[in-house]
Amino acid sequence: MRRLVILGGGTAGTMVANKLRAAHPAAELQITVVDRDDEHHYQPGYLFLPFGTYTRDHVVKPRRTHLRPGISLVLAEIERVDADARVVHLADSPNLEYDTLIIATGVQPRPDQTPGADGEGVHHFYDLEHAEQLREALRMFPGGRLVVHITDMPIKCPVAPLEFTFLADAWFRERGTRHKVEIVYVTPLDGAFTKPVASRELGGMFAQRDIAMETDFAVERVDTGARELVSFDDRRVAYDLLVSIPLNMGPEYIARSGLGDELNLVPCDQHTMRSLAHDDIFVLGDGGTLQTSKAGSVAHFAVDVFLENWPHYLAGDPLPHQFDGHANCFIETGHGKGMLLDFNYATQPYTGTFPLPGVGPLALLKENRANHLAKLAFRGIYWEFLLRGRPLPFTADMYLMGKKVEGEASGTSTPDLLKGLVGLGSH
Amino acid sequence: MPTCRIGGRPIDVNDEGFLTVYDQWDADLAPVLAGYAGIDELTDEHWKVLRFLRADFPARKETATLRRVATVGGFDMKELFRLFPGKPAKKMSYIAGLPKPKGCV
Repeated sequence: MRRLVILGGGTAGTMVANKLRAAHPAAELQITVVDRDDEHHYQPGYLFLPFGTYTRDHVVKPRRTHLRPGISLVLAEIERVDADARVVHLADSPNLEYDTLIIATGVQPRPDQTPGADGEGVHHFYDLEHAEQLREALRMFPGGRLVVHITDMPIKCPVAPLEFTFLADAWFRERGTRHKVEIVYVTPLDGAFTKPVASRELGGMFAQRDIAMETDFAVERVDTGARELVSFDDRRVAYDLLVSIPLNMGPEYIARSGLGDELNLVPCDQHTMRSLAHDDIFVLGDGGTLQTSKAGSVAHFAVDVFLENWPHYLAGDPLPHQFDGHANCFIETGHGKGMLLDFNYATQPYTGTFPLPGVGPLALLKENRANHLAKLAFRGIYWEFLLRGRPLPFTADMYLMGKKVEGEASGTSTPDLLKGLVGLGSH
Repeated sequence: MPTCRIGGRPIDVNDEGFLTVYDQWDADLAPVLAGYAGIDELTDEHWKVLRFLRADFPARKETATLRRVATVGGFDMKELFRLFPGKPAKKMSYIAGLPKPKGCV
């Protein structure tokens, strides 16, 4: 019997555990999920907490009830992984020997990595506690300069800071207080987003909403006394209310185990999610070095490719199925509207419609109400379908149909384009 | 992918002018690229950074981010901004003949 240990019972860990449990009887495969607590957080919901759209009950449910029977859940801190001996050492709990290890412990916000960023009055919404504190800070904000700031990339859900900015703009407008608030978006990137077409469209939306942008800003520290962000090249951005998305890092056990890079991310193959250092370790979810968004949609698509490869892995064969970096991100833009980004390693986000060419109902890189409703509906889909490993009521494949490709599709080869057109996605 | 003549020889570059072939770069090309990036002279300090970037790339197949240059290479972040003003990550990778580091998506 093969022993599979999954570190992390979040989006990726839960999905892969449930799908493998359904595929193998317990006599063939023992599945153990390790996490430090029994609270599964719907992380995309954090964005809505500061605006009072969601409360804690919308985003937190027990992990155990979302794992199929026959999966054991061990609640313990992970001390380290001994990859050579194939043992996971846990605090106050027996060691776990494994034949296969899946690392799905993601990344966590680390304000402690930037001087001053964990100080008084510095906010973010990348965990439940801070998202709830930010709700109070927004409610009490008398007006002044709101600065939304990204410390460094990569971060989980790289569009979330944009969404927060749009939602804050709308929130102040709906209260009639927008004229008292100046909004500044401060980013280490050279534009609103990393990809050219999306960056242009989103930058235009900032201009329409009178949101200023400070680009190429590498923060050195937060001066909480003077209430300023200070960059390494001595630029200063003053704030009255600061929302600073912290550096995101993998957990410290990754460093203690010698498995990670400088951000405690586990180097893995871009197409199979297999550890570059250890054949029996895979990285699913945000904790690896895939050059695509750290997002639940990516976790979902990557888990599907992992499962297609699983029988080949068990047989000791090369892994034939290749993840294409597909990401699918809804962006809330305020006033009950949203937009949708759909992209992969080779193809940047374009404008167009999704999933039906010319029809939609979802609009790529354009605001409409259907996108917003789809985003809200996704919370239910997440708990009821995605985590439980049930088929989704919509397609998950990446198509170029319906997309307005501009100029040359940078980096996209003709075979890839054809593959998209004939509907052969990554699955 | 356009090809252009830099330093008197054909060099493959992408839309933004970053070199696309690791081995087309050599030490003679760096001062030419530095000139295009607005850096008149490459000092020993510049060269230490460029050498780190060149050595770090082959195993990882991606260019070190500014944070990696600082934490793994042991360089002082403020110094990097002084050496490659404005957009250090872009400038140092351009001069080292490497792809722009992915800010990630």
